[in-house]
Amino acid sequence: MSSKEWPLWEVFIRSKQGLNHKHVGSLRAADAEMALENARDVYTRRSEGISIWVVESNNVFASDPSESQEFFEPADSKIYRHPTFYDVPDGISHM
Amino acid sequence: MKEVNITELERMFQEKIDQDIKIEPKDWMPDDYRETLIRQISQHAHSEIVGMLPEGNWITRAPNLRRKAVLLAKVQDEAGHGLYLYSAAETLGADREDTIDDLHSGKAKYSSIFNYPTLTWADMGAIGWLVDGAAIMNQVPICRCSYGPYARAMVRVCKEESFHQRQGFEIMMTLAKGSPEQKAMAQDALNRFWWPALMMFGPSDGESKHTAQSMKWKIKRSTNDELRQQFVDVTVPQAEMIGLTLPDADLSFNEATGHYEYGEINWAEFWEVVKGNGPCNKDRIDTRRKAKEEGQWVREAATAFAQKRAARKSA
Repeated sequence: MSSKEWPLWEVFIRSKQGLNHKHVGSLRAADAEMALENARDVYTRRSEGISIWVVESNNVFASDPSESQEFFEPADSKIYRHPTFYDVPDGISHM
Repeated sequence: MKEVNITELERMFQEKIDQDIKIEPKDWMPDDYRETLIRQISQHAHSEIVGMLPEGNWITRAPNLRRKAVLLAKVQDEAGHGLYLYSAAETLGADREDTIDDLHSGKAKYSSIFNYPTLTWADMGAIGWLVDGAAIMNQVPICRCSYGPYARAMVRVCKEESFHQRQGFEIMMTLAKGSPEQKAMAQDALNRFWWPALMMFGPSDGESKHTAQSMKWKIKRSTNDELRQQFVDVTVPQAEMIGLTLPDADLSFNEATGHYEYGEINWAEFWEVVKGNGPCNKDRIDTRRKAKEEGQWVREAATAFAQKRAARKSA
């Protein structure tokens, strides 16, 4: 038995209250508790975080970069979702 | 995905690189790009891990508690840096265990500098000041490397390493200002580490077989000789400031170029160390192998404990 059988974990850190957790990297650990402790030692040696999430990497479902054009296309064509699409006459304020 | 041939994919890939668009793990990349990165990142990881050994040698003999705490923190950082880098290599499909086995079998290389012994406490100063200084100079441009995970790991490494160099310089400065024996110890460490530190930048540009392609792919952003020159230019005044002499009779400042000129590097020595014949190569690898073997039961126990805990939870 070796560390080869230890799953890979993705590590997310909240750097301070009010900010969201952000992906910082990954590590190997036997279970979630060990992953959390390792994440603390590897990624927060200088108080970079106040909260850690670890997620087993094979539980992450990701979009495929080779299909990203088609995948994100619906948003690209809807420019009327942005305020700059609309004409506002001079003299109008607070809008 | 549309049917596109390899040449077309390679052209699109190079276009992204030229536009400074980062490459991320699941993006298409040429096999050679992937292999070059796996080789470079895993060598870099091994250097961090093996790099703990010369300093680990002095943790129990640090002259006082402050120096000991600092050295421990530095060595712990190096372990962390190795881990950032192994996981960056894993994003390219490299198997971590195989990568480590390649180090132990001698197939994979690591920085030649760690094959020199650390004979006195002053070597901790010389290593922090020169070896970490050279490493930082090498690593800062890699923060802009085209491969996202490697670049991001480097940003963290560089941020953490700035204290490594300062603590080393502080050790040297303190010894240089101390008794004649202490100053002589600092000078001796500088004499032994100066040339190996210059060799850390790798072979001269003319001899470096990977440089041209790596520059084109923006894996490398400066050549070995450019970085080496930059290192000499910043280090010479630092040595002067603390009253130590660099062991190079040919060292002189060229007013016209604004750079220091330095003597011939002993490349025969460099290649011998790279080939495995340096003073400590065998010892370093034996130590790593032993660490892995003797840690086997810990890994097994952790796995068994995780299984037990999982079974208890599902019961």
